[in-house]
Amino acid sequence: METDQCTLYYKSKTVNSALSRTEWIQLKEVLSFHDWKLVTLALPKSCHLSSHQITVSSSHICRLYDRFHALDKDDKGSLNRSDFQNISELAVNPLGDRIINAFFPDGMDLIDFNSFVRILARFRPVDQNPKKEPNAPEPINSRVNKLKFAFQLYDQDKDGKISKSELLQVLRMMVGVQVTEEQLESITDRTIQEADLDGDDAISFEEFKKSLDKVDIEHKMSIRFLR
Amino acid sequence: MQCNRFKECASLLVVVLLICSSTKAEQSTTNATAGNEHGAPPSGYQIVTFKWHHVMDPYIIALWVLVASIAKMLFHMSSKLTTVIPESALLIFIGLLLGGVVWGADHTASYSMTPRLFFFYLLPLIVLDAGYFMPNRQFFGNFGAILVYAVIATVWNAASVGLSLYGVYLTGVMGELKVDGMLDFLLFGSLLSAVDPVAVIAVFEEVHVDEVLYIIVFGESLLNDGVTVVLYNVFDSFIAIGGVNVTGVDCVKGVVSFFVVALGGTLIGIVFAFLLSYISRFTKRVQIIEPGFVFVVSYLSYLTAEMLSLSSILAITFTGVCCQKYVQANLCKESATTVRYMMKMLANGSETIIFMMLGISAVDGGIWVWNTAFILLTLLFIAVYRVVGVVVLTWFLNRYRVVPLGFIDQVVMSYGGLRGAVAYGLVASLDEARVQERKLFFTTTIIVIYFTVVLQGCTTKSLVTWLKVKRSEHREPSISEKLNGRAFDHILSAIEDISGQIGHHYIWDKWESFDRKYLCKLLMRKSALKSSDQILDVFHDLNIKDAITYIAEGERKGSLAFIQTPDADQLVNVNFHSSKQSEVDASMSVLKEGASAVCLDMQAVELRWKNLQESEDVYTHHLLQQYLYKPKKQLKYKYGRHDITSTEDDAQEKEIFEKTMKRRLASFKSTKYGVSQSKKVSKHFKKDPSQKKRSDEMLSNGGQLVFHDPAFSDPEHPHEYEVISNGGSNFIPNVTRPALADTYNGIDNPAFMLNEEPVARQALPPWATNNDTVVLSQRARVQMPWSPNNIRRLMPLRLSGRSTDSFLLADVPVPEEHPLSFLPERTAL
Repeated sequence: METDQCTLYYKSKTVNSALSRTEWIQLKEVLSFHDWKLVTLALPKSCHLSSHQITVSSSHICRLYDRFHALDKDDKGSLNRSDFQNISELAVNPLGDRIINAFFPDGMDLIDFNSFVRILARFRPVDQNPKKEPNAPEPINSRVNKLKFAFQLYDQDKDGKISKSELLQVLRMMVGVQVTEEQLESITDRTIQEADLDGDDAISFEEFKKSLDKVDIEHKMSIRFLR
Repeated sequence: MQCNRFKECASLLVVVLLICSSTKAEQSTTNATAGNEHGAPPSGYQIVTFKWHHVMDPYIIALWVLVASIAKMLFHMSSKLTTVIPESALLIFIGLLLGGVVWGADHTASYSMTPRLFFFYLLPLIVLDAGYFMPNRQFFGNFGAILVYAVIATVWNAASVGLSLYGVYLTGVMGELKVDGMLDFLLFGSLLSAVDPVAVIAVFEEVHVDEVLYIIVFGESLLNDGVTVVLYNVFDSFIAIGGVNVTGVDCVKGVVSFFVVALGGTLIGIVFAFLLSYISRFTKRVQIIEPGFVFVVSYLSYLTAEMLSLSSILAITFTGVCCQKYVQANLCKESATTVRYMMKMLANGSETIIFMMLGISAVDGGIWVWNTAFILLTLLFIAVYRVVGVVVLTWFLNRYRVVPLGFIDQVVMSYGGLRGAVAYGLVASLDEARVQERKLFFTTTIIVIYFTVVLQGCTTKSLVTWLKVKRSEHREPSISEKLNGRAFDHILSAIEDISGQIGHHYIWDKWESFDRKYLCKLLMRKSALKSSDQILDVFHDLNIKDAITYIAEGERKGSLAFIQTPDADQLVNVNFHSSKQSEVDASMSVLKEGASAVCLDMQAVELRWKNLQESEDVYTHHLLQQYLYKPKKQLKYKYGRHDITSTEDDAQEKEIFEKTMKRRLASFKSTKYGVSQSKKVSKHFKKDPSQKKRSDEMLSNGGQLVFHDPAFSDPEHPHEYEVISNGGSNFIPNVTRPALADTYNGIDNPAFMLNEEPVARQALPPWATNNDTVVLSQRARVQMPWSPNNIRRLMPLRLSGRSTDSFLLADVPVPEEHPLSFLPERTAL
């Protein structure tokens, strides 16, 4: 009857919040993951994740939790950097390590499922017909938030600006070895010149946003999976 | 070079194949004429005779293959033509043209594609190719959807088209047809029900649709061939029994046989895949015929299934799908390449022949029977019911799919319902004695094929682009847009990888663990097993090891790989390894002139830089266009049939992988040896770039220090290298000190003598003395003598903007040049 208890336990916890990390661990202890379907059934139609007004449907949560568990090689209940580095596709992604770092804000070494989902939630496609609520907070998958994610990949020292050297680093990751350092620098200069509006030789977030005004970020930074 | 040879062999094979398959009927006439020739008494001995009839058939076929290949070559010379009209359509035109020529010459269609030629020689090659290069993960990930479309949609198509035509026939619009009744129409519907892999692949590959969509349509078209053939056989045998005599029992038997045939074919495929994998485990000694096994065993699976009247298409598909992993691991690299090229070559060749033959076969006055109503209605029904089937099934599937198929997907799927050679093959094998309207069916099928392949094929591309790009602005993107756009692509694909877009399935996981535990052990060579483990499973430590060996190897090869990145550090490095003379020169000049204009190459770089500065945006754009890494999505599908070489992609992946590994190695080391220390080190050394370079050289060329001696006694920087070397020895006083001391004694350079140590100690940076807290792992100890070097070199990564490539190059001393005499533990390992 262990499983029944667990289901009940879980049902009582579903009101307006996703499971916290400890809850997941408890759940995992009681329930072996072969009974995962059970949990799926027990999940509500949609979980509200944290204070951000983002709803991810239950099947997505399950799917992501599955994934989370698969990445979590030694069942820690959280992910560390090497779990991410084990994804072999990321090793051949030029920005792979930067993106891994983006999952670990402020020197943290582990992330739990909740933050994992919250970061991924930025990449949900934007709702076609959003409900207009005047005082609703900005959804986490908005254009600005998507851009912010990209911006922080550049802005390593977190001073709110992309300096020349920061841009150069990213550029160096993204181009082949055939391009010389000087060419890279020249490209960097041009890019900064192009985007820099206040002449401080760096790109602020506003300038970053402005330079990408014409790009369909909503489309480019959304994955179907989380639709 | 080798590849070319493979291609030649393969093309020879195709020709041989065709020769073998030249129609039997023709052969008898040829024999007759040949007999006549021999019958006439020779008037004396002839040195050379002209024996045209002796070689006529294979000769003509070979000529046609040549013509088709040349035509194909010409299509691709103008890139515009193939982007507007798909290759398959062009080949049909060529076929029509050739057929017209033959028709004009002797008013008989001497050549047509016989069902035997198609089903026994041409189709298996294509299907095997499709199966062997099937991306298994995606295929099985979408297996449910594929099955639903392949089975239900096909049955639906057959039934709806057949019944609707029958209904219209009853109204009398089509006039009088010599048909038995409903069964004839159902037979016709079933032979037209399959979406043809040949046609769909040919068109979709050129259009580059979404991967999920591609795999679904592709998988569907592969599997539904099996379904179609089964349906066809069922109805055919019903007709043989006679429409009136078909009982309920027969119907049940038909349904049962449907499943038996399909599942049996699959089973045969799996059995043969197992056999093939097992054989390939032991072919090490006979590498030269290794690739042959793949083809022969796969073909045997096809024939075996055919013999047992099971679905041969499914058999060979699953042989390919199931064996690929083990075979690719087992075969040696050259053989694997051979298999790849051969398979692509054969598949592409037979596809070319099929389309051309479709054209040629149509030019035959004897087969055309026109019935406007029948033909037009068939076209209409096929289109309409395809749409209905797709929409209904997708609606049903989307309720269960995590990634739903969108509106555009459905449109493309409906529109991509091309009919092709399978329909042709089936209609050609109809027996005119049983189906009296064979000619009408034949005509209609050909028209349907032409209509779908040519018309829909030509418009699919524009349809897809029109649907996908809602508002296509023709505007040159600014540099930052281009740069950031590419960055977004990378970010997105990384997020997809992290979130596991393809999905993570419980069953798949179970299968993989089973596979790893039992199948791999049984079916893979031990060496292959090891290497796959190394690459896939153990990651962090092994990767670091890989990175180290990679760098070491790069150095051993004379750093040739790094010449391409003309960072000042590297150029110096390269020169050092290439010849000793230039070493000395370079190091001298470093000291005398500073870092910027070190060696001759740098001047070239400088020149290029100037040019760049003068050049315009265009150049930058071009540069970015060319050298920005392509995101994963833009990489060609590996299972595409039209492009074999994925070397560019591979090279890119390798490059990125190396970069990533170097970075990880760096950060791994920095955490291992303590972050704070390396930071201090970096600050300490950051002040003077030229010093940094010089010490780089010195350390990476430790064994040659004697040569540099005059250079290093440069009065300006007297203490620099002592700091480094002694810093290193102090860093690990309790571990390697004795060993290092030994080494010192072996070095003639007075700069390294112990009597210099006091001076050095004074110059020690604070971090070097404060090292007792660092606990070293076994591995770290082993590598210790390099570590000060490493730490210092880590600096550019973390604080300055120097290239990661550059500083890590010299990171690991060359093992061969320095036999690591000061590393006793390592040799013990």
